[in-house]
Amino acid sequence: MTHAPSRSEDHRGRVVAGGVLLGIGVMAAVDEIIFHQLLRWHHFYDGSTPAIGIVSDGLLHTGELFALVAGIFLLLDGRRRQVLRPISAWSGFFLGAGGFQVFDGLIDHKVLRIHQIRYGVELLPYDLAWNIAGVVLFAIGVVLYLRSRRTRPAVASGR
Amino acid sequence: MIVLLASAAIDAPWLRVTTLLALAAAAAGYVAASLPLWRSGCWPGVRIVLWCAGIFAVAVSLVGPLAQLAHHDFAAHMVGHLLLGMLAPLLLVLAAPVTVALRRLPAVRARRLTRLLAAAPVRLLTHPVTASLLNIGGLWLLYRTGLYSRLDDSLAVHMLVHAHVLGAGYLFAFAFVGVDPAPHRPRFATRAVVLLIALAAHAVLAKSLYAGPPPGVPIEQARSGAMVMYYGGDAVDLVLITVFFRQWFTATRPRRRPDRQVEVAPQSGPAAVSSRTTTARHAGA
Repeated sequence: MTHAPSRSEDHRGRVVAGGVLLGIGVMAAVDEIIFHQLLRWHHFYDGSTPAIGIVSDGLLHTGELFALVAGIFLLLDGRRRQVLRPISAWSGFFLGAGGFQVFDGLIDHKVLRIHQIRYGVELLPYDLAWNIAGVVLFAIGVVLYLRSRRTRPAVASGR
Repeated sequence: MIVLLASAAIDAPWLRVTTLLALAAAAAGYVAASLPLWRSGCWPGVRIVLWCAGIFAVAVSLVGPLAQLAHHDFAAHMVGHLLLGMLAPLLLVLAAPVTVALRRLPAVRARRLTRLLAAAPVRLLTHPVTASLLNIGGLWLLYRTGLYSRLDDSLAVHMLVHAHVLGAGYLFAFAFVGVDPAPHRPRFATRAVVLLIALAAHAVLAKSLYAGPPPGVPIEQARSGAMVMYYGGDAVDLVLITVFFRQWFTATRPRRRPDRQVEVAPQSGPAAVSSRTTTARHAGA
């Protein structure tokens, strides 16, 4: 074995990170495709977005592309180094997806007011559903992550 | 001189012919230089295809129906911008034209070219931050000042702006995913952050055009043009980002364990360009 344990540890961390990035990217893409383009609940630009909102939106939008591609390559990296365990990747995926959902629901919708979930309706049920769904996804990620740590094979075995 | 640079000159047949001839020369030059390398098995054929596709994208954006339409339709102009400023440069950069030149030129001139590429001004221009400022900053100047409305007023402005868009786009693509030699390229993490910010600035500009059209552009055209810029930009960005991370993936390939299989140590980065291994064949694709 050429890898020192710490390096192997490092590569395992990358698998979780890859899952997180993929979760963020997929959730952001779902948000854009379903809510912006299919349902048209959100607006491309709703006329009241402050400048900082547009900037943050642009960063998030580009970050979504980065996250998807980087996540895929990090998981591929884990596979070729033989440290890819599905449970680690999935824990990262749910952490990322839930984390993004809550971030979007609280920061984007409420603090920066880039756009709202839907227009012309009572917002509270939508906001609640949105953020509770996010918290649930995140909690699944936490549970999976703890389980992946408990069931992890010894580093010294090399797998 | 004034007469020559007047607005009618932009559609002049001589300009179209000259542009097409120059592009044909660029395509023919690359193909002629790389074909012998390809025949001897040390040049990936996909790069020849990339180069020709890049030249074709430039041609479509500068000459023909799209270019005609772009004079009075902002959305068509934006399609042209995507082709000339984003897609074509990416294709051309991945074709590694400098490497072709280095390998076909006589040794003395090749060495002179290498020295030129390592010179301070070239290093500055191909730095990710400089290239991003020239590329995306140039677009902000074009659309957020009065420049866009004067684009078709004079031939000089017209040609200068288009040359800048193509040139800055090339520097930009080269700074992030260039396969030609780049002796002083910043490390991967730095380039990743700069690339993220630069592409975000492009998306922000697109959305700002939706909110407020450039001077002289009707709001409806501005909106469809902004959407083209935003989503069309995404498509090209996705290719660019994928190539970027794929290069990281290839460069960080772990060494094979001795018990697996005996293999020549894979090369990565610019050095792979001249290699005959399959790794090198795909490095630029």
